[in-house]
Amino acid sequence: MRHVLSALVQNVPGVLSHISGMLASRGYNIDSLVVGETEDPQLSRMTFVVVGDDNVLSQVRKQLEKIITVVQVDDISSHEHVERDLMLIKIAAPPDMRGKIGELADIFRGRIVDVSPDAVMVEISGPEKKIEAFIELMRPFGILELARTGRIAMVRGCQKDI
Amino acid sequence: MNPQRVETSKQAPTDPAQQNPTSGADIVVQTLVNNGVDAVFAYPGGASMPIHQALTRFRDQVRVILPRHEQGGGFAAQGYARTTGKIGVCMTTSGPGATNLVTCLADAKLDSIPMLAISGQVGTTVIGTDAFQETPIVEVCRSVTKHHYLVTDVNDIARVVREAFHIATTGRPGPVLVDIPKNIQFQMVVPDYNAPMKLPGYRVGTERATPREIEAIAAMIRAAKRPVIYAGGGIISSDASEELRALVAKTGIPITTTIMGLGGFPGDHPLSLDMLGMHGSVYANYAVDNADLLIALGVRFDDRVTGKVSAFANKAKIIHVEIDPSEIDKIKRADLAVCSDLKYALRELNAIVEAPDLTEWHRKVAVWKRDEPFHYNLDFPGIVPQHAIHELYKATKDRDTYISVGVGQHQMWTAQYYKFREPRRWMCSSGLGTMGFGLPAAVGAKIAHPDSLVIDIDGDGSLLMNIQEMATCYCEKVPVKVMLLNNMHLGMVVQWEDRFHAANRAHTYLGPIDHPEATGLGNGITPQERYYPDFIAVAKGFGWSGRSISAKKDLVPAIEEMIAAEGPYLLEVQVPYQEHVLPMIPSNSTVQDLIKE
Repeated sequence: MRHVLSALVQNVPGVLSHISGMLASRGYNIDSLVVGETEDPQLSRMTFVVVGDDNVLSQVRKQLEKIITVVQVDDISSHEHVERDLMLIKIAAPPDMRGKIGELADIFRGRIVDVSPDAVMVEISGPEKKIEAFIELMRPFGILELARTGRIAMVRGCQKDI
Repeated sequence: MNPQRVETSKQAPTDPAQQNPTSGADIVVQTLVNNGVDAVFAYPGGASMPIHQALTRFRDQVRVILPRHEQGGGFAAQGYARTTGKIGVCMTTSGPGATNLVTCLADAKLDSIPMLAISGQVGTTVIGTDAFQETPIVEVCRSVTKHHYLVTDVNDIARVVREAFHIATTGRPGPVLVDIPKNIQFQMVVPDYNAPMKLPGYRVGTERATPREIEAIAAMIRAAKRPVIYAGGGIISSDASEELRALVAKTGIPITTTIMGLGGFPGDHPLSLDMLGMHGSVYANYAVDNADLLIALGVRFDDRVTGKVSAFANKAKIIHVEIDPSEIDKIKRADLAVCSDLKYALRELNAIVEAPDLTEWHRKVAVWKRDEPFHYNLDFPGIVPQHAIHELYKATKDRDTYISVGVGQHQMWTAQYYKFREPRRWMCSSGLGTMGFGLPAAVGAKIAHPDSLVIDIDGDGSLLMNIQEMATCYCEKVPVKVMLLNNMHLGMVVQWEDRFHAANRAHTYLGPIDHPEATGLGNGITPQERYYPDFIAVAKGFGWSGRSISAKKDLVPAIEEMIAAEGPYLLEVQVPYQEHVLPMIPSNSTVQDLIKE
C-alpha cells in the first residue's frame, strides 16, 4: 500500500536529518520525501510517500509524531486529495524533432523552457502517473537529463481538522 | 539532598542581580539551580571550562562530582536519576568527552531515564572545520536521545535548558543532550529565565485513559479466569507502584514484572511471580503462557520478554496501557490499547474494578510457584554466585539498601534472587545491557542517598570496564560497596557457548592467553589458583579496603564486614564459571523450549 503523509515541522536546523535518520534506522521504505517552507516561517512542511501495510504506516506516523520538532502529522491519502510532482526533462532534439516534442508537451500541459541546437528542456507537473507517462513518451527521443521534485500533496476542500 | 529545594517551582527568583549581563556559562548553571539540580557529574575539558568556572560560583548549591571517565559520569547521573526519579545531570567537553557519553545516552533512551547531558562544543566560528576536539555530537546522538540541541545563540540558553528539563522529565522520560559552543558560554547577555518554551510539537499531560477505556479494562478483568499482570518500567517512571499494589490487592491478579519493573511491586508478595522472559521464573512464564488475559502495564514487549512473539501469551486477550503511543501495537497487537499515564489509569481503574473469581487460577499458579522455584546447587564446596547474591539479599533486605549491577549472569541472578520491595532501589542497564554500568551507577545513587547502603553486585568483566570509578569513590568520598563475583570469564557468553556453540571458548576467558582455560582446555579454575587480576590489590591502590573469599564459611561474615566498612569496600567472591543462569528460554523461542537444567 502507498500512503502520502504530510508533516508540519519546526523550521530548525537538523530537523530533516533527524527525520530521515529515524526513517532509515527503523528501516521504513520511503519513496519520496519533499521539504519546503510554509506560509509561517517558523514551520516547514514535509511530504512523505511511504510504502507498507497499515501497521507500517501507523508506526511511521507514531515515530514521526514522537520527534519533538514534528508539530503535526496527517495521512493525506486517507482523504480526497491532490498530488503533484514537478519535473524538468532535457531531451535530445535536433531542430526537426522540436515540433514533435512541443506537441506532446502541449498535450501533457508541459512547456518548453529552454532550447539549444541539440536539445530542449521541458517543464511538466502533475500526478505521478502523468509524469511517468510523459517520460515513457520521451524515451525514444533520448533523455539527456531528468530532475523531479518528488511528491507534494494537499487535501481538497477546507476540512479544518487537516 | 534537600527535597524542599527540589520541589521549588520552575519560576526563577527575581533577583535584581540577574538583570545584569551574565555569561552563557553562568546562565547554564543558574538554570540548573532553578530546576532543582543539586549534583552534576562533570569531567572538564577545553570546551566546557567556562561552565566549570561558573559552577565554582555556585558551590553552595550544586555539588560537582568528578568522575574518572565521561562514561562513569553519565552512568552516575543515571544512578542518581534511577534512584530518585529526578533528572540526572552530566557534563563533558567536546569531541572525545562527548562521544564517551554516547553509550550513556543510548542506555538512558532504551530504559527511559530522565537525563540531561551538557557537552561543550568548539566555537561557532570553527564548527564544521574539523577543529581540535570537534565532533558533531548532536548528529551522532540524534537517534539515541529523546531530544537534542546545538545552542548557537546565547539568548537561547536559558530557554533551551528549561526545555531540556521539561522534555527529559515528562511523558515517557529520556535523555536530552544540549551542546554549547565555547564562545557562546563566554558571551554576555541579560538572561530571561522565564522565556516561554517553544515546543509546539511536544504535547504532554494529555495522556489520560477515558472513563470508557477504564470501564472496558474493568469489564475484561471481570470476565477473566486466568489473568496476569505484566508490569514494566512504566510503573516506576509514573510513580504508580502504590496504585499497582492496590490493584493487585483488590483483584488478586498474579503479577510478573520485567527487569525494569523490579521493585514496582514487592518481590516477596505472595502474588508476585517475579520476573518473566528469557531468564524469568518458570511460574511467571507458565502463567503468561496459560493466561486468558494479559494486562500489560508500562511495557514494550521486549524480545527478552516475549521470545517468539507469535507464541507469546497467545491464549490471552491483551490490554496494553502505555504512555508512548509508538509502543502500542509495535510488537504485539493489543485487544485493548490505552494510551495513558499509568498512575492516572490505575487510580481510575481501582475505583471501579471488581475482583474476578480466581480460586482455581490461584491454585494452579501456587503449584507452579511451589514446584519450580529458582534454585541453585548448595552442595558445591565453594561459593556459587547465586548463593552469594542470596546471602547478600538476606543480609540487606531489612536495611535501607540500593543495588546496582553490571551486565551478564550476575545481573540475571540478582534479578532472580534479590526481592525488591520498593521502586527505585534497583539500578540495571536493562535495554542496552551496558557492561560497566554498576560501579558508576552506584556512585550516583550514593550521592543522592548518602546515608543509605549502596552496593554494586558486579561481574569481573563488567567491573573492569569502569574500574577507574574506584578513584571517584575514594577522592569524592563516596563510600559505595562492591560485591564482585569473579569467575574470570564472561559468564553469560560462556553459557551461550556451552549451550549453543559446543562449549567452544571464543575469547571469553579473562586470564592470560597461555592458560588452558583460554581455549577451553582447562578443567576449572581451582581455588588455589591466583585469580587475575588481583582485584583487591587494584582496589587498595585506589584507596579502598577489601577482601577476597572463596570458602563458604567466609561468605556471611565477609558480607557483614563489607556492610560495616566505613569507606568504599570491595568484596571479591571467587566463584566457579560453570554455573548457568536458569531457567532459560533461548532467543526467539517459546515456553515449550524452556531449559530447566
